[in-house]
Amino acid sequence: MRTIVNALRQYSAALRMLLVFTVICGIAYPLLITAIAQVPGLKTRADGSLIKIDGKVVGSKLIGQSFTDSDGNPLLQYFQSRPSSAGDGYDPTASSASNLGPESIVDILPDPSVKDDAGTQRLLTEVCSRSLAIGKLYGVSGARPFCTSSGVGAVLAVFYAGPGYHGKITRVVSLNQAAPATPFLATYHGVKVVDAKFGEDYSKGKVVPIRGDAPSHPAVPADAVTGSGSGLDPEISPAYAELQEASVAKTRGISVAQVAALVAKFEKGRDLGFLGEARVNVLQLNLALDKQYPYSK
Amino acid sequence: MNDTWAGIIFLGTLIGALVLVHKPLGDYMARAVMGKRHLAVEKGVYKLGGIDSEADQTWSGYLRSVLAFSFVGVLFLYLFLRIQQHFGHPYGVPTMAAGQAFNTAASFVTNTNWQSYSGESALGYVVQMAGLAVQNFVSAAVGIAVAIALVRGFTRHKTDRLGNFWVDLTRISLRVLLPLSILFAIIFVGGGMIENFHHYVTYKTINGGSQTLTGGPVASQEAIKELGTNGGGFYNANSAHPFENPTTWTNWLEIFLLLCISFSLPRTFGVMVGDKRQGRAIVAVMATLAILSVGAMLVVQGMHHGTVPTSVGASAEGTEQRFGVPDSAIFATGTTLTSTGAVNSFHDSYTSLGGAMTLLNMMLGEVAPGGTGSGLYGILVLAVLTVFVAGLMVGRTPEYLGKKLGGREVKFASLYLLTTPALVLVGTAVAMALPGERASMLNSGPHGLSEVLYAFTSAGNNNGSAFAGISVNTTFYNGVLGVIMLLGRFLPIVFVLGLAGSLARQKPVPASEGTLPTHRLLFVGMLTGVTIIVVALTYFPALALGPLAEGLH
Repeated sequence: MRTIVNALRQYSAALRMLLVFTVICGIAYPLLITAIAQVPGLKTRADGSLIKIDGKVVGSKLIGQSFTDSDGNPLLQYFQSRPSSAGDGYDPTASSASNLGPESIVDILPDPSVKDDAGTQRLLTEVCSRSLAIGKLYGVSGARPFCTSSGVGAVLAVFYAGPGYHGKITRVVSLNQAAPATPFLATYHGVKVVDAKFGEDYSKGKVVPIRGDAPSHPAVPADAVTGSGSGLDPEISPAYAELQEASVAKTRGISVAQVAALVAKFEKGRDLGFLGEARVNVLQLNLALDKQYPYSK
Repeated sequence: MNDTWAGIIFLGTLIGALVLVHKPLGDYMARAVMGKRHLAVEKGVYKLGGIDSEADQTWSGYLRSVLAFSFVGVLFLYLFLRIQQHFGHPYGVPTMAAGQAFNTAASFVTNTNWQSYSGESALGYVVQMAGLAVQNFVSAAVGIAVAIALVRGFTRHKTDRLGNFWVDLTRISLRVLLPLSILFAIIFVGGGMIENFHHYVTYKTINGGSQTLTGGPVASQEAIKELGTNGGGFYNANSAHPFENPTTWTNWLEIFLLLCISFSLPRTFGVMVGDKRQGRAIVAVMATLAILSVGAMLVVQGMHHGTVPTSVGASAEGTEQRFGVPDSAIFATGTTLTSTGAVNSFHDSYTSLGGAMTLLNMMLGEVAPGGTGSGLYGILVLAVLTVFVAGLMVGRTPEYLGKKLGGREVKFASLYLLTTPALVLVGTAVAMALPGERASMLNSGPHGLSEVLYAFTSAGNNNGSAFAGISVNTTFYNGVLGVIMLLGRFLPIVFVLGLAGSLARQKPVPASEGTLPTHRLLFVGMLTGVTIIVVALTYFPALALGPLAEGLH
């Protein structure tokens, strides 16, 4: 009986203490911070660093946006943001990274019996296809290591006669090239490379990515072909901004120098010389473009 | 300045700042827990809680209070999550399903902050601040309280009393965590973190589409999220989200905050045992391990080995442009060496060996410097084991800080060290044996195994970060990981307090010629070695099948 009374006393004290801390740390503390955040200077930040035009919210300085049309094609009068895994792209209610790993390199091919099935692209093919598309768009080479010229991951399944990947090579399949396709390599160690067919089991083959001869510093910058951690990254690298300058200038009918001057205005170096990376805020840059050099179709 | 130098200076300034606060913060925490006087507000808290603040508890009494407080915490948070819809949008959103609510409650009470939900869609403002953030404070304070009780085991003699849990809890929360959180929350708002109770804002974007922004008391939660090594993000993207980590210097500050208490607690320990050199030896071990780890991480992420990183030309996938690769890698190291688990970049997309480093950091038992309190008691348990091993090897009498380490003490230490590996490895094996649970992996091959191994390592060590591709909002993962978080938190606490009780009962043994000095370089080296070896041997086979198989070919 005494132990039960003691235990009850213990648990009632625990509950009461929890409630006290809920009031102090869970209610008073956030309300205090919110109250302090109402002072001028802090308030705009506490409210989300919103950008308003004619009193209407058009975005937040801190949250990236897509500058594509409703079909996902880039609007060339604007600078483009990085690829995004947040919802359908830059959805602030669904922040997310791709979470695909460094060896995420074998795609799931489209099922020909299902209409419009696109299969599932893995990270390598995503990087390759983005690089190819961006290269084409801005007139530079989209070539990257481990990418085919058609913009998929250059990955082979190599089958051996013996166990443990030993003995003669019997068969080589280009895993990310769905039939009918011309394999990116004609032969591998003297064996003809064939395209891949949906539904065939290639798991017995050794997966061999082929580097190819693309430069290790490709013309399309790293941030242009990779997703960010949040999927809401508001910024791009100065290199990616520079790549887009000519195209934006041409679409708007202004000079590259005029665009470059605006980019320079929004370009930030490393803070204090060592914090983070150099970057350009895409939304602010595009809004400034619209203001200074209005675009009409 | 090139990337490498910028990264090194970033790291150097962090180390410098941690060195600067080590003494004052450590001394302050020691005064907070050792002081005789209660503040007026504390007296009020004790009165409201019905606490006898003068009572001195036995180890089992202290333990019962820890368990009662935590049990009530899980129950309260579970109910809170289940009724949140009644607060009205956006203060509450539709209720969380039972399995996920259990998982989340267990996660926040154990200082893990594993998230099988997305904060921006699954939680309203009220449960974020009055449910989760409260546990951010008190779970951190519980960890420190238990560490302080263990230190009292060394400092007290011939007694069965270890102090008063409620007093320790209150003082750590109100004198240490709350004032620092207030200060840094305000600074964070200055950096651009949001702090409001606005309704969601929907607006037309430049391209004619639309975006909806959620609000919430983010900055106040962010400060304690890092300071208390909690790590549960307001948003799914955690500290990668621009509202949780808007700029380069908030990033620096977040890393600093999640390390500062754990790196200062050895000083508190040194002050309490009356020999500051002992604290310096412990912090030297933590710092050695941490610097080795962050160095290795910077090298492997910088080299960007692996197929996709080579194709990209950098380990850029899953990192934010404003942070870049080195500052992301330093955050990843800090968060996994402590029990924080906040992320500013996504570990699943790291290079194979970078991912291996995040796993290894957690597997070290999170002692370099570890979670608030749990890092200190973790490394003191390892120190006990080291003294014992040294005794066997070189014939020294096994004593630490004037206490004899007999069978009972070594048994408690061994049980402590066996608990987490058993939970992690058995849990991973079971999940891998079940086809439905294997299907939760996003990536295939060795990387898929790494995702599962990471989930159990993170839960067992109360870290909370993830190889986030894995889908864990399933009955199995919500339930099993929830139980593993609870066992991974409270079994070690049972053994630590048992050890403390056993030490406090002893009378001190004077140091003799046969005593191994535990403040010298030799001991620092031995403790570092024991920490690495004990861990490496336990987990090496699992690492070899996961990230090492992926990275070394």
